[in-house]
Amino acid sequence: MMDKMIFGRYVPADSAIHKMDPRAKLMLVFLFVCTIFLANNVVTYGLVAIFTIGLIILSKIPPRFLYNGLKPVFLLIVFTFLLHILFTKEGEVIFEFGILNIYEGGLKQGAFISLRFTFLILVTSLLTLTTTPISITDGMEELLNPFKKWKLPIHELALMMSISLRFIPTLMEETDKIMKAQAARGVDFTSGPLKDRVKSIVPLLVPLFVSSFKRAEELATAMESRGYRGGEGRTKYRQLSWNTRDNLLMAALVVLAVLLFLLRS
Amino acid sequence: MGKKLVSLDHVVFNYEGSDSHAINDVSFDIYEGEWLAIVGHNGSGKSTLAKLLNGLHFASSGVITINGSELTQATVWEARRKIGMVFQNPDNQFVGTTVEDDVAFGLENNGIQQDIMAERVKRALMKVKMDAFLDQEPHHLSGGQKQRVAIAGVLALQPDIIILDEATSMLDPRGREEVLETVRELKEENVLTVVSITHDLEEAAKADRIIVMNKGQVHREGSPIEIFRLEDELIELGLDIPFSVKLSKALQKTGLDLKNDHLTEEELVKELCELHSKM
Repeated sequence: MMDKMIFGRYVPADSAIHKMDPRAKLMLVFLFVCTIFLANNVVTYGLVAIFTIGLIILSKIPPRFLYNGLKPVFLLIVFTFLLHILFTKEGEVIFEFGILNIYEGGLKQGAFISLRFTFLILVTSLLTLTTTPISITDGMEELLNPFKKWKLPIHELALMMSISLRFIPTLMEETDKIMKAQAARGVDFTSGPLKDRVKSIVPLLVPLFVSSFKRAEELATAMESRGYRGGEGRTKYRQLSWNTRDNLLMAALVVLAVLLFLLRS
Repeated sequence: MGKKLVSLDHVVFNYEGSDSHAINDVSFDIYEGEWLAIVGHNGSGKSTLAKLLNGLHFASSGVITINGSELTQATVWEARRKIGMVFQNPDNQFVGTTVEDDVAFGLENNGIQQDIMAERVKRALMKVKMDAFLDQEPHHLSGGQKQRVAIAGVLALQPDIIILDEATSMLDPRGREEVLETVRELKEENVLTVVSITHDLEEAAKADRIIVMNKGQVHREGSPIEIFRLEDELIELGLDIPFSVKLSKALQKTGLDLKNDHLTEEELVKELCELHSKM
């Protein structure tokens, strides 16, 4: 169960997208999010769709994983679609139903916005589906490195993130253990009125916090004893390499952006 | 005995806000290539001693010398590179997200080049027989395996001394055996000095020399055989002698003609068999 919750996001496969430099992927996603706002007619949305589908095919990720990523926001997409249909009053009326008028502009706008949403979710979930959390952390650290000049603690943030990632399964295991221990003492986590159930979380959280602090202290001691003294003079075991593949995909995005800019109405 | 690696000279240490000395006038030496066990009841000061050796605490008075240079704030990082430590809780010392990342952590801290790092990580993991688990995440490993990775993390830095601070106390018997076996092999292979801090006298029985701590002071010092002869004295200190030693002594009391002191079960079984064949 634990594996599914934490690492179920990452789907290992041997694809061009998986092999991309995490820095390139992060930049690609960020720029894609910006570019998509250029699209405003059928042709430009078509191009964005082609680009997105292209990425999905390249990534070799089975569609059901992408569908799982879309599921939680599905309601939101439907909701925005309906909102636009009801409240955007542009163009001709195509449907009349008492006080309810549906305009052509509303339908178009609704469809576009929901498509934009869908593409955004698809591409960002592609990032997490094809990149391990630790690679994402490494990529972020490298990309944010220039900000160190302004005394931003980039190395520390990256380390914090990687340690949190490493401790998620450990803490889950611990939660499970404490839950069982408290259940054995008669705490009921699953039934009863909401108020009681919220209350029953307290005997779960308190021991969890206490032990986390103890862990943190021991971890700090262990790190210090292994020679950790901040980011200064530290080398990195994980090396990132930017290849032709990364250049090509970035180029593809630039082409998309230029086309969108030329073809938008 | 080899050359003196570490020496403690009248070391005293108080925890902040405490009147009593956690370590009270302790002096002893650690020699190259030996396996020294420091045993004692809870609160006897044995773990504090380990932290002093690693510069995690500094002595209130007295001098700790490591490889000829005094341990101070200025030399502490060098000392930590020479003295590696494995702690009690396997989870709380695993820093990396995977086995190889964790072994590399100490190397990264010391600014080792990436290509040298990759090679050292592999070699260290091979020594503890964990090289097949290179890209595994810690929650897929057993306690014993995690401790072996921690040992590899220490080995990768090529230290002179490895301190095991109750490193086996949270493990199941199999994990404990795995870890001790690894340490024993390492000690035989190269000149690695082992200091194991423990309250488990079965573990201490494998050492060359034992120091018994009590109330922050060195109570006794000697070979395992010498120490286990103290029987009642050890029990008074809250320690228990190994089962094989106990059995051997009990058999002697019933009038069985056993000649030696037995540190391990095998030794005892062997002599009993020999005795039986003579009857």
